[in-house]
Amino acid sequence: MLHVKLVVPEGEVWAGTADEVVAKTLEGDIGVLTGHTPVLGILAPGSVVAILPRERPSGPGGWIQAAVAGGFLSVADDNVSILARQAVLGTDVDRATARAELAEASGGAGGAESERAGYLRAQLRAAGDQG
Amino acid sequence: MGAQLRAVRRRIATVKSTAKITRAQELIASSRILKAQQRLRAAAPYARELTAAVEAVVSRSSSIRHPLTTQPEHPSRAAVLILTSDRGFCGGYNATVIREAAGLAALLGERGVEPVTYVSGRKGIAWHRFRERPMAAQWSGFSDTPSSADAAAITSALLESFGRNASEGGVDEIYVVHTEFVSMLTQRPAVRRLLPLEIAEREDRRAIPVYDFEPSPEKVLDALLPWYVESRVFHALLDSAAAEIAARRRAMKSATDNANELLEALTREANKARQAEITQEISEIVGGANALAETISGS
Repeated sequence: MLHVKLVVPEGEVWAGTADEVVAKTLEGDIGVLTGHTPVLGILAPGSVVAILPRERPSGPGGWIQAAVAGGFLSVADDNVSILARQAVLGTDVDRATARAELAEASGGAGGAESERAGYLRAQLRAAGDQG
Repeated sequence: MGAQLRAVRRRIATVKSTAKITRAQELIASSRILKAQQRLRAAAPYARELTAAVEAVVSRSSSIRHPLTTQPEHPSRAAVLILTSDRGFCGGYNATVIREAAGLAALLGERGVEPVTYVSGRKGIAWHRFRERPMAAQWSGFSDTPSSADAAAITSALLESFGRNASEGGVDEIYVVHTEFVSMLTQRPAVRRLLPLEIAEREDRRAIPVYDFEPSPEKVLDALLPWYVESRVFHALLDSAAAEIAARRRAMKSATDNANELLEALTREANKARQAEITQEISEIVGGANALAETISGS
Protein backbone atom coordinates (compact mmCIF):
# COMPACT_ATOMS: atom_id res chain seq x y z
CA MET A 1 0.00 0.00 0.00
CA LEU A 2 1.30 3.41 -0.94
CA HIS A 3 0.77 6.69 0.89
CA VAL A 4 0.35 9.26 -1.84
CA LYS A 5 0.38 13.03 -1.60
CA LEU A 6 -0.15 15.40 -4.51
CA VAL A 7 1.02 18.81 -3.31
CA VAL A 8 1.15 22.28 -4.88
CA PRO A 9 2.53 25.46 -3.25
CA GLU A 10 -0.94 26.44 -2.00
CA GLY A 11 -1.70 23.11 -0.35
CA GLU A 12 -2.63 19.48 -0.92
CA VAL A 13 -4.60 18.56 -4.04
CA TRP A 14 -5.03 14.88 -3.16
CA ALA A 15 -3.81 12.70 -0.33
CA GLY A 16 -4.59 9.14 0.57
CA THR A 17 -3.62 5.52 0.16
CA ALA A 18 -3.22 3.92 -3.24
CA ASP A 19 -2.21 0.66 -4.90
CA GLU A 20 -0.37 2.11 -7.86
CA VAL A 21 0.91 5.41 -9.21
CA VAL A 22 1.91 6.07 -12.81
CA ALA A 23 3.74 9.25 -13.76
CA LYS A 24 5.90 10.52 -16.56
CA THR A 25 9.40 11.75 -15.77
CA LEU A 26 11.89 13.30 -18.16
CA GLU A 27 13.22 9.80 -18.84
CA GLY A 28 9.88 8.16 -19.49
CA ASP A 29 6.92 6.58 -17.76
CA ILE A 30 7.38 5.26 -14.26
CA GLY A 31 4.97 2.97 -12.48
CA VAL A 32 5.20 2.73 -8.71
CA LEU A 33 3.97 -0.26 -6.72
CA THR A 34 4.52 -1.18 -3.08
CA GLY A 35 8.19 -1.76 -2.28
CA HIS A 36 9.58 0.41 -5.08
CA THR A 37 13.18 1.54 -4.66
CA PRO A 38 13.64 5.19 -3.61
CA VAL A 39 13.42 7.46 -6.65
CA LEU A 40 13.61 11.20 -7.10
CA GLY A 41 12.57 12.17 -10.58
CA ILE A 42 11.67 15.34 -12.41
CA LEU A 43 8.20 15.15 -13.96
CA ALA A 44 7.77 15.91 -17.62
CA PRO A 45 6.17 19.36 -17.86
CA GLY A 46 2.50 19.20 -18.84
CA SER A 47 2.04 15.52 -18.08
CA VAL A 48 -0.63 13.41 -16.44
CA VAL A 49 -0.18 11.53 -13.17
CA ALA A 50 -2.48 8.59 -12.59
CA ILE A 51 -3.24 7.23 -9.13
CA LEU A 52 -5.11 3.99 -8.43
CA PRO A 53 -6.60 4.65 -5.01
CA ARG A 54 -7.16 1.92 -2.42
CA GLU A 55 -10.74 2.94 -1.87
CA ARG A 56 -12.37 2.57 -5.26
CA PRO A 57 -15.45 1.04 -6.78
CA SER A 58 -14.80 -2.61 -7.72
CA GLY A 59 -14.19 -3.55 -11.31
CA PRO A 60 -11.87 -1.99 -13.89
CA GLY A 61 -11.10 1.71 -13.98
CA GLY A 62 -11.17 3.84 -10.87
CA TRP A 63 -7.97 5.70 -11.69
CA ILE A 64 -7.61 9.28 -10.55
CA GLN A 65 -5.98 11.42 -13.21
CA ALA A 66 -4.29 14.70 -12.46
CA ALA A 67 -2.58 17.17 -14.77
CA VAL A 68 0.70 18.64 -13.50
CA ALA A 69 2.66 21.61 -14.83
CA GLY A 70 6.21 20.63 -13.96
CA GLY A 71 7.32 19.25 -10.64
CA PHE A 72 8.94 16.17 -9.22
CA LEU A 73 8.11 12.81 -7.79
CA SER A 74 9.80 11.25 -4.81
CA VAL A 75 9.29 7.67 -3.70
CA ALA A 76 10.69 6.33 -0.43
CA ASP A 77 9.39 3.69 1.99
CA ASP A 78 6.06 3.42 0.18
CA ASN A 79 5.53 7.17 0.53
CA VAL A 80 4.95 8.83 -2.81
CA SER A 81 5.10 12.62 -2.91
CA ILE A 82 4.22 14.38 -6.11
CA LEU A 83 5.15 18.04 -5.93
CA ALA A 84 3.85 20.20 -8.73
CA ARG A 85 3.97 23.93 -9.29
CA GLN A 86 0.42 23.63 -10.54
CA ALA A 87 -1.87 20.62 -10.55
CA VAL A 88 -5.52 19.90 -11.10
CA LEU A 89 -7.57 16.71 -10.81
CA GLY A 90 -9.17 15.54 -14.05
CA THR A 91 -12.61 15.68 -12.44
CA ASP A 92 -12.08 19.36 -11.57
CA VAL A 93 -11.10 20.43 -15.08
CA ASP A 94 -13.55 22.71 -16.80
CA ARG A 95 -13.18 21.32 -20.32
CA ALA A 96 -14.80 24.19 -22.17
CA THR A 97 -12.61 26.80 -20.47
CA ALA A 98 -9.48 24.69 -20.87
CA ARG A 99 -10.18 24.18 -24.58
CA ALA A 100 -10.78 27.89 -25.14
CA GLU A 101 -7.59 28.80 -23.26
CA LEU A 102 -5.64 26.19 -25.18
CA ALA A 103 -6.78 27.65 -28.49
CA GLU A 104 -5.56 31.04 -27.27
CA ALA A 105 -2.26 29.74 -25.85
CA SER A 106 -1.27 27.62 -28.85
CA GLY A 107 -2.41 30.22 -31.37
CA GLY A 108 -0.17 33.09 -30.31
CA ALA A 109 3.15 31.43 -29.45
CA GLY A 110 3.90 30.09 -32.92
CA GLY A 111 6.69 27.49 -33.22
CA ALA A 112 7.55 25.92 -29.88
CA GLU A 113 4.59 24.96 -27.76
CA SER A 114 4.49 27.05 -24.62
CA GLU A 115 4.54 25.56 -21.13
CA ARG A 116 1.03 26.85 -20.57
CA ALA A 117 -0.34 25.11 -23.64
CA GLY A 118 1.29 21.84 -22.57
CA TYR A 119 -0.32 22.10 -19.16
CA LEU A 120 -3.74 22.79 -20.70
CA ARG A 121 -3.37 19.81 -23.02
CA ALA A 122 -2.53 17.67 -19.99
CA GLN A 123 -5.65 18.98 -18.26
CA LEU A 124 -7.80 17.86 -21.16
CA ARG A 125 -6.10 14.45 -21.21
CA ALA A 126 -6.66 14.08 -17.46
CA ALA A 127 -10.32 14.92 -17.97
CA GLY A 128 -10.55 12.11 -20.50
CA ASP A 129 -10.95 14.36 -23.50
CA GLN A 130 -8.96 13.21 -26.50
CA GLY A 131 -10.13 15.87 -28.95
CA MET B 1 -26.57 76.94 22.47
CA GLY B 2 -23.22 78.19 23.70
CA ALA B 3 -20.21 78.27 21.44
CA GLN B 4 -18.22 75.91 23.67
CA LEU B 5 -20.95 73.29 23.78
CA ARG B 6 -21.29 73.40 20.01
CA ALA B 7 -17.55 72.87 19.52
CA VAL B 8 -17.48 69.88 21.88
CA ARG B 9 -20.50 68.27 20.22
CA ARG B 10 -18.81 68.61 16.82
CA ARG B 11 -15.71 66.88 18.13
CA ILE B 12 -17.85 64.07 19.55
CA ALA B 13 -19.39 63.49 16.11
CA THR B 14 -15.95 63.37 14.48
CA VAL B 15 -14.50 60.93 17.00
CA LYS B 16 -17.60 58.74 16.73
CA SER B 17 -17.29 58.37 12.97
CA THR B 18 -13.54 57.65 13.27
CA ALA B 19 -14.28 54.97 15.85
CA LYS B 20 -16.82 53.41 13.47
CA ILE B 21 -14.21 53.20 10.70
CA THR B 22 -11.48 51.74 12.90
CA ARG B 23 -13.91 49.26 14.43
CA ALA B 24 -14.97 48.09 10.95
CA GLN B 25 -11.32 47.72 9.90
CA GLU B 26 -10.63 45.73 13.06
CA LEU B 27 -13.50 43.33 12.31
CA ILE B 28 -12.41 42.89 8.69
CA ALA B 29 -8.85 42.11 9.80
CA SER B 30 -10.13 39.66 12.42
CA SER B 31 -12.08 37.73 9.81
CA ARG B 32 -9.16 37.68 7.37
CA ILE B 33 -6.50 36.60 9.81
CA LEU B 34 -7.77 33.01 10.05
CA LYS B 35 -7.76 32.70 6.27
CA ALA B 36 -4.19 34.00 6.10
CA GLN B 37 -3.05 31.56 8.79
CA GLN B 38 -4.71 28.67 6.97
CA ARG B 39 -2.93 29.61 3.76
CA LEU B 40 0.36 29.73 5.63
CA ARG B 41 -0.26 26.28 7.12
CA ALA B 42 -1.44 24.79 3.81
CA ALA B 43 1.81 25.86 2.16
CA ALA B 44 3.92 23.98 4.70
CA PRO B 45 3.81 20.43 3.16
CA TYR B 46 5.15 21.63 -0.20
CA ALA B 47 8.02 23.53 1.42
CA ARG B 48 8.84 20.57 3.68
CA GLU B 49 8.93 18.03 0.83
CA LEU B 50 11.00 20.36 -1.32
CA THR B 51 13.53 20.94 1.46
CA ALA B 52 13.78 17.19 2.05
CA ALA B 53 14.37 16.59 -1.66
CA VAL B 54 17.09 19.26 -1.90
CA GLU B 55 18.78 17.81 1.17
CA ALA B 56 18.58 14.35 -0.34
CA VAL B 57 20.36 15.42 -3.53
CA VAL B 58 23.04 17.39 -1.73
CA SER B 59 23.73 14.75 0.90
CA ARG B 60 24.04 12.11 -1.81
CA SER B 61 26.90 13.86 -3.52
CA SER B 62 28.49 16.73 -1.64
CA SER B 63 30.83 17.14 -4.59
CA ILE B 64 28.04 18.75 -6.61
CA ARG B 65 28.98 22.29 -7.56
CA HIS B 66 26.00 24.38 -8.43
CA PRO B 67 26.05 28.16 -8.92
CA LEU B 68 23.09 28.51 -6.55
CA THR B 69 24.97 26.88 -3.67
CA THR B 70 28.49 28.17 -4.27
CA GLN B 71 29.65 30.94 -1.99
CA PRO B 72 31.16 33.84 -3.97
CA GLU B 73 34.66 34.74 -2.84
CA HIS B 74 34.25 38.49 -3.12
CA PRO B 75 30.59 39.44 -3.27
CA SER B 76 30.20 42.98 -4.60
CA ARG B 77 26.43 43.37 -5.07
CA ALA B 78 23.51 41.90 -3.19
CA ALA B 79 19.80 41.96 -3.97
CA VAL B 80 17.59 42.94 -1.03
CA LEU B 81 13.93 42.03 -1.40
CA ILE B 82 11.74 44.06 0.96
CA LEU B 83 8.18 42.87 1.59
CA THR B 84 5.82 45.65 2.71
CA SER B 85 2.04 46.10 2.69
CA ASP B 86 -0.17 47.70 0.04
CA ARG B 87 -2.35 49.56 2.51
CA GLY B 88 -1.73 51.50 5.68
CA PHE B 89 -3.76 51.25 8.89
CA CYS B 90 -1.36 48.68 10.26
CA GLY B 91 0.65 50.51 12.89
CA GLY B 92 4.42 50.23 12.68
CA TYR B 93 4.38 47.22 10.34
CA ASN B 94 5.98 48.91 7.32
CA ALA B 95 8.25 51.20 9.31
CA THR B 96 9.71 48.16 11.10
CA VAL B 97 10.45 46.26 7.88
CA ILE B 98 12.00 49.31 6.24
CA ARG B 99 14.16 49.98 9.31
CA GLU B 100 15.32 46.36 9.26
CA ALA B 101 16.18 46.68 5.57
CA ALA B 102 18.15 49.87 6.23
CA GLY B 103 20.07 47.98 8.93
CA LEU B 104 20.86 45.21 6.47
CA ALA B 105 21.98 47.73 3.84
CA ALA B 106 24.34 49.32 6.37
CA LEU B 107 25.73 45.90 7.29
CA LEU B 108 26.29 45.04 3.62
CA GLY B 109 27.93 48.42 3.10
CA GLU B 110 30.46 47.66 5.83
CA ARG B 111 31.42 44.48 3.97
CA GLY B 112 31.82 46.51 0.79
CA VAL B 113 28.71 45.03 -0.81
CA GLU B 114 26.39 47.30 -2.73
CA PRO B 115 22.72 46.61 -1.98
CA VAL B 116 20.26 46.49 -4.89
CA THR B 117 16.69 47.01 -3.72
CA TYR B 118 13.64 45.03 -4.83
CA VAL B 119 10.37 46.15 -3.26
CA SER B 120 6.99 44.49 -2.97
CA GLY B 121 4.02 46.42 -1.59
CA ARG B 122 2.75 49.94 -2.32
CA LYS B 123 3.88 51.38 1.00
CA GLY B 124 7.48 50.33 0.47
CA ILE B 125 7.44 51.57 -3.12
CA ALA B 126 6.07 54.96 -2.03
CA TRP B 127 8.70 55.20 0.70
CA HIS B 128 11.54 54.60 -1.77
CA ARG B 129 10.07 56.83 -4.45
CA PHE B 130 9.56 59.75 -2.05
CA ARG B 131 13.19 59.56 -1.00
CA GLU B 132 14.31 59.04 -4.59
CA ARG B 133 16.01 55.77 -3.71
CA PRO B 134 16.49 53.58 -6.78
CA MET B 135 14.58 50.27 -7.00
CA ALA B 136 15.62 47.47 -9.35
CA ALA B 137 12.05 46.15 -9.53
CA GLN B 138 8.75 46.60 -7.75
CA TRP B 139 5.57 44.60 -7.30
CA SER B 140 2.26 45.50 -5.69
CA GLY B 141 -1.39 44.55 -5.43
CA PHE B 142 -1.16 41.24 -3.58
CA SER B 143 0.35 41.92 -0.17
CA ASP B 144 -2.57 40.51 1.85
CA THR B 145 -3.40 37.57 -0.45
CA PRO B 146 -0.24 36.52 -2.32
CA SER B 147 -0.48 33.67 -4.83
CA SER B 148 2.27 31.32 -5.94
CA ALA B 149 2.23 33.07 -9.33
CA ASP B 150 3.27 36.30 -7.56
CA ALA B 151 6.10 34.40 -5.89
CA ALA B 152 7.09 32.99 -9.29
CA ALA B 153 7.24 36.49 -10.82
CA ILE B 154 9.45 37.80 -8.01
CA THR B 155 11.68 34.73 -8.07
CA SER B 156 12.27 34.85 -11.80
CA ALA B 157 13.36 38.51 -11.55
CA LEU B 158 15.72 37.69 -8.66
CA LEU B 159 17.19 34.60 -10.33
CA GLU B 160 17.63 36.49 -13.59
CA SER B 161 19.90 39.05 -11.92
CA PHE B 162 21.59 36.32 -9.88
CA GLY B 163 22.51 34.62 -13.12
CA ARG B 164 24.45 37.63 -14.38
CA ASN B 165 27.90 38.77 -13.27
CA ALA B 166 28.08 41.66 -10.82
CA SER B 167 29.91 43.74 -13.42
CA GLU B 168 26.95 43.34 -15.79
CA GLY B 169 24.41 44.51 -13.24
CA GLY B 170 23.88 41.13 -11.62
CA VAL B 171 24.05 40.25 -7.95
CA ASP B 172 26.08 37.74 -5.92
CA GLU B 173 23.69 37.30 -3.02
CA ILE B 174 19.95 37.57 -2.43
CA TYR B 175 18.42 38.59 0.88
CA VAL B 176 14.79 38.89 1.81
CA VAL B 177 13.49 41.21 4.54
CA HIS B 178 9.98 40.34 5.70
CA THR B 179 7.83 40.10 8.80
CA GLU B 180 7.30 36.84 10.62
CA PHE B 181 3.93 36.02 12.07
CA VAL B 182 4.73 34.86 15.59
CA SER B 183 1.31 35.27 17.16
CA MET B 184 -1.72 37.54 16.93
CA LEU B 185 0.09 40.02 19.16
CA THR B 186 3.69 39.58 18.03
CA GLN B 187 5.14 40.08 14.57
CA ARG B 188 8.87 40.14 14.13
CA PRO B 189 10.97 41.51 11.25
CA ALA B 190 13.27 38.88 9.79
CA VAL B 191 16.24 38.93 7.42
CA ARG B 192 17.04 35.75 5.53
CA ARG B 193 19.62 34.97 2.89
CA LEU B 194 17.98 33.13 0.02
CA LEU B 195 21.04 32.64 -2.15
CA PRO B 196 23.58 31.21 -2.15
CA LEU B 197 21.84 28.44 -0.25
CA GLU B 198 23.24 27.47 3.07
CA ILE B 199 22.82 23.75 3.15
CA ALA B 200 23.28 22.43 6.61
CA GLU B 201 25.16 19.17 6.89
CA ARG B 202 22.77 16.73 8.49
CA GLU B 203 24.06 14.43 11.20
CA ASP B 204 21.67 11.57 10.63
CA ARG B 205 22.48 10.65 7.09
CA ARG B 206 20.85 7.28 7.44
CA ALA B 207 17.47 8.99 7.69
CA ILE B 208 17.75 9.98 4.05
CA PRO B 209 16.95 7.14 1.69
CA VAL B 210 19.39 6.36 -1.10
CA TYR B 211 17.49 7.70 -4.06
CA ASP B 212 17.83 6.88 -7.70
CA PHE B 213 17.80 10.14 -9.57
CA GLU B 214 16.03 10.62 -12.86
CA PRO B 215 17.59 11.84 -15.08
CA SER B 216 20.74 12.58 -12.98
CA PRO B 217 21.57 14.21 -9.61
CA GLU B 218 22.84 17.34 -11.37
CA LYS B 219 19.75 17.71 -13.53
CA VAL B 220 17.48 17.12 -10.55
CA LEU B 221 19.28 19.77 -8.53
CA ASP B 222 19.11 22.16 -11.49
CA ALA B 223 15.35 21.82 -11.56
CA LEU B 224 14.81 21.75 -7.80
CA LEU B 225 16.77 24.81 -6.72
CA PRO B 226 14.70 27.46 -8.53
CA TRP B 227 11.53 25.81 -7.17
CA TYR B 228 13.06 25.80 -3.73
CA VAL B 229 13.85 29.53 -3.92
CA GLU B 230 10.34 30.18 -5.21
CA SER B 231 8.87 28.26 -2.32
CA ARG B 232 10.98 30.30 0.14
CA VAL B 233 9.74 33.54 -1.44
CA PHE B 234 6.15 32.29 -1.37
CA HIS B 235 6.49 31.37 2.28
CA ALA B 236 7.91 34.82 3.08
CA LEU B 237 4.99 36.44 1.23
CA LEU B 238 2.39 34.37 3.11
CA ASP B 239 4.12 34.96 6.43
CA SER B 240 4.18 38.71 5.75
CA ALA B 241 0.52 38.70 4.74
CA ALA B 242 -0.52 37.04 8.00
CA ALA B 243 1.70 39.43 9.95
CA GLU B 244 0.29 42.44 8.10
CA ILE B 245 -3.30 41.51 8.89
CA ALA B 246 -2.47 40.78 12.52
CA ALA B 247 -0.67 44.13 12.79
CA ARG B 248 -3.66 45.87 11.23
CA ARG B 249 -6.08 44.21 13.62
CA ARG B 250 -4.02 45.26 16.63
CA ALA B 251 -3.52 48.83 15.39
CA MET B 252 -7.23 49.21 14.65
CA LYS B 253 -8.20 47.75 18.02
CA SER B 254 -6.06 50.23 19.92
CA ALA B 255 -7.36 53.06 17.71
CA THR B 256 -10.94 52.06 18.54
CA ASP B 257 -10.11 51.85 22.24
CA ASN B 258 -8.49 55.29 22.15
CA ALA B 259 -11.47 56.77 20.32
CA ASN B 260 -13.87 55.34 22.90
CA GLU B 261 -11.78 56.74 25.75
CA LEU B 262 -11.72 60.13 24.07
CA LEU B 263 -15.46 59.93 23.52
CA GLU B 264 -16.05 59.40 27.23
CA ALA B 265 -13.92 62.41 28.17
CA LEU B 266 -15.63 64.57 25.54
CA THR B 267 -19.11 63.53 26.65
CA ARG B 268 -18.24 64.52 30.19
CA GLU B 269 -16.95 67.86 28.95
CA ALA B 270 -20.12 68.41 26.91
CA ASN B 271 -22.30 67.68 29.95
CA LYS B 272 -20.31 70.09 32.05
CA ALA B 273 -20.60 72.80 29.40
CA ARG B 274 -24.34 72.24 29.13
CA GLN B 275 -24.72 72.39 32.92
CA ALA B 276 -22.66 75.58 33.09
CA GLU B 277 -24.87 77.11 30.44
CA ILE B 278 -28.06 76.23 32.37
CA THR B 279 -26.63 77.56 35.63
CA GLN B 280 -25.72 80.78 33.93
CA GLU B 281 -29.16 81.13 32.40
CA ILE B 282 -30.84 80.61 35.79
CA SER B 283 -28.62 83.12 37.49
CA GLU B 284 -29.37 85.60 34.72
CA ILE B 285 -33.11 85.09 35.14
CA VAL B 286 -32.90 85.36 38.91
CA GLY B 287 -30.74 88.46 38.63
CA GLY B 288 -33.16 90.01 36.14
CA ALA B 289 -36.20 89.19 38.30
CA ASN B 290 -34.52 90.68 41.37
CA ALA B 291 -33.66 93.83 39.49
CA LEU B 292 -37.26 94.09 38.22
CA ALA B 293 -38.66 93.56 41.74
CA GLU B 294 -36.37 96.26 43.13
CA THR B 295 -37.50 98.77 40.47
CA ILE B 296 -41.16 98.06 41.16
CA SER B 297 -40.84 98.32 44.97
CA GLY B 298 -38.58 101.37 44.66
CA SER B 299 -40.96 103.45 42.59
